[in-house]
Amino acid sequence: MNIRPDPTFHASPKLAMEAPPESFAYTVLLSPDFSKPDALAVIDVNPNSQTYGQVVHTVTMPNKGDEFHHFGWNACSSSLSPLTGHAFLERRYLIIPGMRSSRIYIVDTKPDPTKAAIHKIIEPEEIFRKTGYSRPHTVHCGPEGIYVSTLGGGGKNGTDGPPGVFIMDCETFEVLGRWELDRGPQTLHYDFWWNLPRDYMVTSEWALPPQFENGIVPEDLLSNKYGHRIHFWDLRARRNVQTIDLGANHQMALEVRPAHDPVREYGFLGVVVDTTNLEGSIWTWWREGGKFHIEKTATIPPEPAPKEQLPPLLQGFGAVPPLVSDIDLSMDDKFLYVACWGTGEMRQYDVRDPRKPKLAGSVHIGGIARRTPHPNGKAFGGGPQMVEISRDGKRVYWTNSLYSTWDNQFYPDGVPGAMVMANAKPDGGLELAKDYWVSFPDGYRSHQVRLDGGDCSTDSFCYPSV
Amino acid sequence: MSAADWTPAWLWLAVIASGLYHGVNPGMGWPLAVSAGLMEKSPRALVTALWPLTAGHLLAMLLVILPFALLVAVVEWQRTIQIGASLLVIAFGLYRLANRRHPRALARISPPQLGLWSFAVALAHGAALMLVPIYLGLCREAVPDRGHEAAGTLINANLGMAVLVAAAHAAAMVAAGGCCAWLAYRYLGPKFISQSWFNLDTTWAVSLILVGAIALVLNLS
Repeated sequence: MNIRPDPTFHASPKLAMEAPPESFAYTVLLSPDFSKPDALAVIDVNPNSQTYGQVVHTVTMPNKGDEFHHFGWNACSSSLSPLTGHAFLERRYLIIPGMRSSRIYIVDTKPDPTKAAIHKIIEPEEIFRKTGYSRPHTVHCGPEGIYVSTLGGGGKNGTDGPPGVFIMDCETFEVLGRWELDRGPQTLHYDFWWNLPRDYMVTSEWALPPQFENGIVPEDLLSNKYGHRIHFWDLRARRNVQTIDLGANHQMALEVRPAHDPVREYGFLGVVVDTTNLEGSIWTWWREGGKFHIEKTATIPPEPAPKEQLPPLLQGFGAVPPLVSDIDLSMDDKFLYVACWGTGEMRQYDVRDPRKPKLAGSVHIGGIARRTPHPNGKAFGGGPQMVEISRDGKRVYWTNSLYSTWDNQFYPDGVPGAMVMANAKPDGGLELAKDYWVSFPDGYRSHQVRLDGGDCSTDSFCYPSV
Repeated sequence: MSAADWTPAWLWLAVIASGLYHGVNPGMGWPLAVSAGLMEKSPRALVTALWPLTAGHLLAMLLVILPFALLVAVVEWQRTIQIGASLLVIAFGLYRLANRRHPRALARISPPQLGLWSFAVALAHGAALMLVPIYLGLCREAVPDRGHEAAGTLINANLGMAVLVAAAHAAAMVAAGGCCAWLAYRYLGPKFISQSWFNLDTTWAVSLILVGAIALVLNLS
């Protein structure tokens, strides 16, 4: 316990933006054929450093087959709410779930990120026994501790009962149990986030483990069996208050990004693909008159492509869907970044008017058919995937792998791990940084990125920006 | 300070001082008033939020003090009660020192339930309990140990005194907390919240032990 709050805890998003820039990025690496243990790479992102853009430390796990996906900090700016009573925690431990193994690693990044090491391992049996859930996924620190969403329920296939959210103690990392008291119609899970002073949570849907673990199931997709609903919850009462169906053709409602400023009661949702026309879409939800509403506010069309440039899965369509796999909102709530993993494009939307996103910038890199190389000349396998924005909104980092078995279906030539960065202009516009290219060890793919001191998809705030 | 110096004036000062101490501590809730003011963009919302915070704190004080106010009517047990209360406060302080875990139930209270939260936090931190030894000191001065007064008068006097002690403490608390909230809201900005927040867990526990110990010494002397 500290005597003062961690200097990386900020009362408002504006204060977070004014904090010093990031020095280190943490990226999870996965071994797609499970031949090696997954790892956490620590990358130097200080442009004045000798080792800028290089992996300066790797924490290799003791097990194989974990399949790292999303991860998060043990504590963030939300600790500054007196209601939670955790003002003196440290942003120190990374909570890294193995999505395939259901094992969770707690990695200590202090005192020096280049000496980060495993602090604790939570074995899958503890999670199964205490929660009845499996396939841990998104991690957020919040009022009652560390919240972890899961993609699977109980049993070998993860289909015995619905998946949901469980809570871990934020100091001992003990698994405490299920979060939900009344889940209403919710049966699938993916991402979640919240507005702390307004006391609501938003959750989304992907699919059950048999629909993703061995790859995408085309028959299920074409018969609209993946998730297409968004759920709103009373955060403290742990109760579903509203569920909205986007329409069955809007398959895979994945990433949830509420406005950072808690005074703003809206947020965004990315939908991977519309089965009627292959387009990807961005949705805006908001609360008005005590009810939540959502509407489709931006669409991204598929791009026609000759059959020989397409993997077998897409040859029948003669087109590449954008596949909106990740979205991220800048700390000032001005720009929404949209990763189009299929077409190989990172889009930047001006969302100052949240229900009327305007395309403000775009860069192409990778892509199923385009295969755009990096400005430095190197080939970029896969497409823009997990995206992370620096607190000040000037730098946008992303990786290229989606999920081992899905990578193989959409990018049969492989997705060698890479991480790139683009510079964002204050009034919109995006340009890839020529001098930023992180090479990872052979045989590894790269997934989500976290920045020291917090970033735009981990921190939540209790006070408005003034 | 000898027992003879421990006059009602000093005791009242202790009641006010502990109120100020609770008030400036962000853990007792003034940042929530700042949040309310900023969220609604109105100083009125800040002031409105101070009321449930004060009411919750006051209720917690009364809940703890009133049973003692009734108990001290049993005059022949007065000394035992005072010693027992002192030991209780010391024990709670020791417990707070040993167990640093924040009560999880507090995190389940939603932001609009400010009064309930303030009530719960004042109980959980021992803020209410801290007043008991001071209060018992006051009663001793206010009701000299004559032992012949009618029990009814005693009870009324003590109940009135209990309410007065709790009210004075709560007034001091809201004055101090309100000032901090207003400064943060109007002049210093939300940055003041993280800047002004010190980990008082140890100090808090030690304060409880200290207050209990002083009361114990006075009662044994």
